[in-house]
Amino acid sequence: MIDKTKIYDVLRDVFAEVFMRDDIPLSASLSAKDVAGWDSIKQVEIIMETEQRFGVRFASQEVDNFRNVGDLVATVMRRVG
Amino acid sequence: MGVRSNSPELYWLPQQPPDWRRRVTALSADPVKDWNASWAEAVALAKFRLSFPSTNALDLAVQHLLSAPLARATASCRLAFLSSSTTTHLAAGIRVGASRRGIAVEMYEPSYGQYRQDLTDTQSGLYAFAPTIVLFAFDAVFVAAHALEAKTIADANRLADEFVNSLRKLWASARDRLGALVIQQTIMPHMPNYGGNNEHRLPTSGAAFISRVNQRLREASDEAGIDLLSLDTRVVQDGLEGWFSPVSWFGAKQEVALPASPAYGDMVARVIAARQGRSAKCCVFDLDNTLWGGVIGDDGVNGIVIGAGSAAGEAFLNLQNYALDLRRRGVILAVCSKNDEAIAVEPFDNRADMALRRQDVTCFVANWQDKPSNLQIIARQLNIGLDALVFVDDNPFERELVRKSLPEIFVPEVPDDPALIPRCLSDAGCFEMVAITDDDIRRTATYAENALRASFQHEAVDLDSYLFGLNMVLRWRRPGEQDIARVTQLINKTNQFNLTTRRLNESDVRAAMAAPHAAVLQFRLVDRFGDNGVIAVVIGHIADNAEFMIDDWLMSCRVLGRQVEGAMLNVLSSVAREMGATRLNGVYRPTKKNGIVADLLARLGFVTEEASNGVVIGALDLESFDEHRTTINIEKESL
Repeated sequence: MIDKTKIYDVLRDVFAEVFMRDDIPLSASLSAKDVAGWDSIKQVEIIMETEQRFGVRFASQEVDNFRNVGDLVATVMRRVG
Repeated sequence: MGVRSNSPELYWLPQQPPDWRRRVTALSADPVKDWNASWAEAVALAKFRLSFPSTNALDLAVQHLLSAPLARATASCRLAFLSSSTTTHLAAGIRVGASRRGIAVEMYEPSYGQYRQDLTDTQSGLYAFAPTIVLFAFDAVFVAAHALEAKTIADANRLADEFVNSLRKLWASARDRLGALVIQQTIMPHMPNYGGNNEHRLPTSGAAFISRVNQRLREASDEAGIDLLSLDTRVVQDGLEGWFSPVSWFGAKQEVALPASPAYGDMVARVIAARQGRSAKCCVFDLDNTLWGGVIGDDGVNGIVIGAGSAAGEAFLNLQNYALDLRRRGVILAVCSKNDEAIAVEPFDNRADMALRRQDVTCFVANWQDKPSNLQIIARQLNIGLDALVFVDDNPFERELVRKSLPEIFVPEVPDDPALIPRCLSDAGCFEMVAITDDDIRRTATYAENALRASFQHEAVDLDSYLFGLNMVLRWRRPGEQDIARVTQLINKTNQFNLTTRRLNESDVRAAMAAPHAAVLQFRLVDRFGDNGVIAVVIGHIADNAEFMIDDWLMSCRVLGRQVEGAMLNVLSSVAREMGATRLNGVYRPTKKNGIVADLLARLGFVTEEASNGVVIGALDLESFDEHRTTINIEKESL
């Protein structure tokens, strides 16, 4: 079972790379409205980079359901197990 | 997290340095003060292994620079990207890929599917933009739809002809009406089969139609004089999964998946650069452990690994054959090696297993100078720019030194396994060509005639600052039982940097270690590339008169030119002092191979005199000896 803190550690790096800032306070409820510049392109970047880091491919249905960081973490946990 | 998916990466470029993000942020600052310096920095920042988010981040800085007043790159192009599906995610990769080659790209992307109207309407944004290059990209689903009405295979072939003919018309209008060069992307083969292994017998098969079209594009492009972007070949090599993501396709009509966008952009940039005559012209190879296995100066002409008989030997031979293929195509071959020239040419002349012969190498530079100086000499001899050189070396130290000193030279991050180097050079697109002319094929001969065997004068490169950044640590100790095998091996293998070339077996070494008034020292060099292992040995003893005699001093040539010998003398002098010595005595005994240390004692401050037969005797007064200043930290290692 992969550790939730580990996932957040990796995601912090993903967000830092995508937004070029390392001061984004990640939490389960964090979503596009909370971060300046988080548009649909950044959304795809976050998803793709997360896939890369964890070596997984999300399904179309999963991608459509990402509303916040919590959704992303839950899906990674399910996939990486 | 070490796991990466199989997206195509720019693996031939070095990893991003830790300050990369900070430097990109600094570039985005307003206003741009020194434009030329900022552009040079953007070009430098593009030459790393960038992921797609990093590519996007750098692209913002590049766009910021290009929109600044007074923006003036020496090379530029205006690219119109006409496509049947989404391309906005590919622009950053193209701009950054071009920056990597010093080319500033301005782009025009009409909404997808608009290209026909844009090409016919002279009032369109496309005409106002006035592109110098038009890139056409059609997605597989769009192309495959043209096969749907085929009843027979003859129909399918006719429809493929018609489709390619319709493209020829587009190319013609881009060329004749816009005056632009044309690049046509081949169709990405991602349509699923529905008939299996013999899919091609189905007239309406999209997958089969796409291979028909791609095949025709190769002939049509030659006839029309346009260039292809061979995405199909690349996808077959890398694997479809890395290039095509159903999520991106169904979610955003992005045929090239986002993580592949830096690789896509780099491919486009190669064609642009090649059209501007900016492809590399010369491949420069290191010798030891690059073109053959082992060290010629130590292992000898019959000891190096090359040719049949082992996997490594075959792999080195395969690399030599790849170099010959490049040469046949018009790429000049050169050698840049730290060796004595007479020794370095031996395998080319006398080892039958070698594919490369001396006459295949237009410019052969083997000496003990630093490689950046020698690469400058090679460029000058061939009368080509530094940016026309590609340098292949197995040693990360040398690669980094060349990149730092001469950033114009492309130094691919080649894999350690020689079997993978040809693929790396090909994936990196070092020698992109757009047209092959008789001149290309004649070129190597011409350069060979022009290249003079000049005597190479020394040209200093700012080594100190580079060496300082390496964080070198020299760890020394008196070896223990566990070290004897390696110490003995080094003593018997080292022919070049070896003052006395005395050969000792394990029990000799053990005896020296146990002898009173004697010292055996081993040295290990660690730097930010890793641990080089035990690279040097000194053995000596105190004579009755409080003089320390250096019986053996040898070092692996892998760490030459890094001030290690000075640091070793600092260690040796303090060890000798502790043992009560007031003087160090050394002797150089010449052999066929150790000319490189003939002046070692003199260089290190010994008072020397020549005895008979080239033997040099040196003495160093320990009371007045000042430690050598080096960029190496010294640490005593415990057993």
